[in-house]
Amino acid sequence: MTLLEVRQLQVHFPVRRGRFQRVIGLVRAVEEVSFELASGETLGVVGESGCGKTTLGRAVVRLLKPTAGQVVFEGEDITVMEGAALRSRRRQFQIMFQDPQGSLDPRLTVEDVVGEALDLHRLVPNRGARRARVEGLLKAVGLRPEHAWRYPHEFSGGQRQRIGIARALAVEPKLIVCDEPVSALDVSVQAQIVNLLRDLQQERGLAYLFIAHDLAVVEHVSRRLLVMYLGRVVETGEARAVVQAPKHPYTQALVTAVPAVDAGSNPKRWLWPGEMPSPLSPPAGCAFHPRCPRAEARCRTELPALREIAPGHRVACHLA
Amino acid sequence: MPLLEIKDLTLEFGVGTERTRAIDGVTLSVSAGEVVCLAGESGCGKTVTALSVARLVPTPPAYYPRGQILLDGLEVLRLSRRELRQIRGRVVGYVFQEPASALNPVRRVGAQIQESLRWHRPEAATEAEVIRLLRLVGIPAPEVRARDYPHTLSGGMQQRVMIAMAIAAQPRLLVADEPTTALDVTLQAQILELLRELKQQFQMSLLLITHHLGVVREIADRVAVMYAGQIVELAPARALLQRPLHPYTRALKEAVPRLGASAPRLTSIPGAVPGVGAGPPGCRFHPRCAWAQADCSTRVPELAEVEPGRLVRCPYWNRPLPERLSQVARPL
Repeated sequence: MTLLEVRQLQVHFPVRRGRFQRVIGLVRAVEEVSFELASGETLGVVGESGCGKTTLGRAVVRLLKPTAGQVVFEGEDITVMEGAALRSRRRQFQIMFQDPQGSLDPRLTVEDVVGEALDLHRLVPNRGARRARVEGLLKAVGLRPEHAWRYPHEFSGGQRQRIGIARALAVEPKLIVCDEPVSALDVSVQAQIVNLLRDLQQERGLAYLFIAHDLAVVEHVSRRLLVMYLGRVVETGEARAVVQAPKHPYTQALVTAVPAVDAGSNPKRWLWPGEMPSPLSPPAGCAFHPRCPRAEARCRTELPALREIAPGHRVACHLA
Repeated sequence: MPLLEIKDLTLEFGVGTERTRAIDGVTLSVSAGEVVCLAGESGCGKTVTALSVARLVPTPPAYYPRGQILLDGLEVLRLSRRELRQIRGRVVGYVFQEPASALNPVRRVGAQIQESLRWHRPEAATEAEVIRLLRLVGIPAPEVRARDYPHTLSGGMQQRVMIAMAIAAQPRLLVADEPTTALDVTLQAQILELLRELKQQFQMSLLLITHHLGVVREIADRVAVMYAGQIVELAPARALLQRPLHPYTRALKEAVPRLGASAPRLTSIPGAVPGVGAGPPGCRFHPRCAWAQADCSTRVPELAEVEPGRLVRCPYWNRPLPERLSQVARPL
């Protein structure tokens, strides 16, 4: 069953300058992004910094108001919903952030951090019930009940990220947007958190929108992938198919750029020139053409459409 | 004689009884033209080790109870401030992880590079030399970019400026502390390639700090893996990645997610990295080790040469592997 449907989503940020804050440009952070997410499924969003993946995640949970397009959650359009109506829907979708340090209030105990959402949605009748719920949540994410008394600074990065997960789980959502949940963690701890997310998904039937820049991590947790470049989806499909046979030159480069640790695998490194252009002035035609080794004349003028090249596998490239 | 020799280096922070040992008996050398990686997770002491090479850790609060650092024959821990100024930049140059915070935000990048030149090669402190350096590190249109402020450059370009500044004085050793960690994967590849080229061109030695074993594989000749202030394994990079011997190195390698691997779970290391100076007694890795034996919690293992050129701090390094490396972490 479709849990979340995003249709032609656009998020633009005006750039203002001068004494009168005149709008001098538009950052097109997300352009015409569409996807569906079923309950219990994980959709991975991958791309480099500035590609719009975080903005997409925030627009989905309505921390941002999209400029155009629709976000439909369980058949209900939440794109322009406001106030109490939006707050009540927020029980169904939560978000967890990259920086476990910055996203937890240092002056609240873990019990209050996790329990705040329970109060807000009036899910517990009294303090005793709240304490019991929080302890149960802490156990579920691999912390001890007595940790409820402590403050965020008393925990390691991995433990803080567990607190972030417990907070997201508190209201029993159906969807959690995970924005770079492991990129601030050490490798050995990163694996713990990824495994924990997977276990929780199986126990509770959660859906994840898993946003990260590390293709290997994203591929590991996701069934399907969305590869973004300069605000647009350039390739999408089954995670395995996209990684093993990438069709878009950007995805291909992304795959070869992952430094391998296994001595056997030969690094066929594709060193591509340049960097991602500014989203303020994206190149005409295909946004990737200035860096693409195969670019032709029409790539410079014509925007490639996202078209299906195999069942479920879509690519935005004239040459694919 | 190696260009850099660190012998039994020990570093503590704090005073009196409130001391925290951040590095404990690190011995490491870097020969001319060699690339050595210091690998490990946060808090393992790799950055303070690297900073100690030019004595960039302020003393106090830091304090070296024992150990020696020989850089180009000079005993770094005994040098005066004036002598230190002579070697900083000229013998050893640094590139840091966050170029945005290492560059001066209110000076044009060209001026910052020129400043480095004025200190170390006053005769070459010209605009032409600045432009040559910027071109060398692969910055397009260097004449224009030299007049830019750091914030107008992207992260990758800022890191190139940092590298230009570090090589301006033509150091014999370049210490790069996580030079690619703040960058996107595609830029990471570019910067590693640049470091490799520069090393070739100037016969520099490179001491590279990283938490990423993939980076080790890309560039290193030898690698030292650190855990809780100690080197736990030292080996040629290729051999180490092919056949890691220390349980920590093995687990660390397993924990890296592989592209296209279809394993349903990632192999994790239970528990967390111990805090600085808070290593458990005995072997510091034993609470998280899947191979731990009864005496690991009491016996302090020595870093011993087990094969030519391979040092391991584990008496049980040649025991057969348990079936599963480790289970999912449950709480501490």
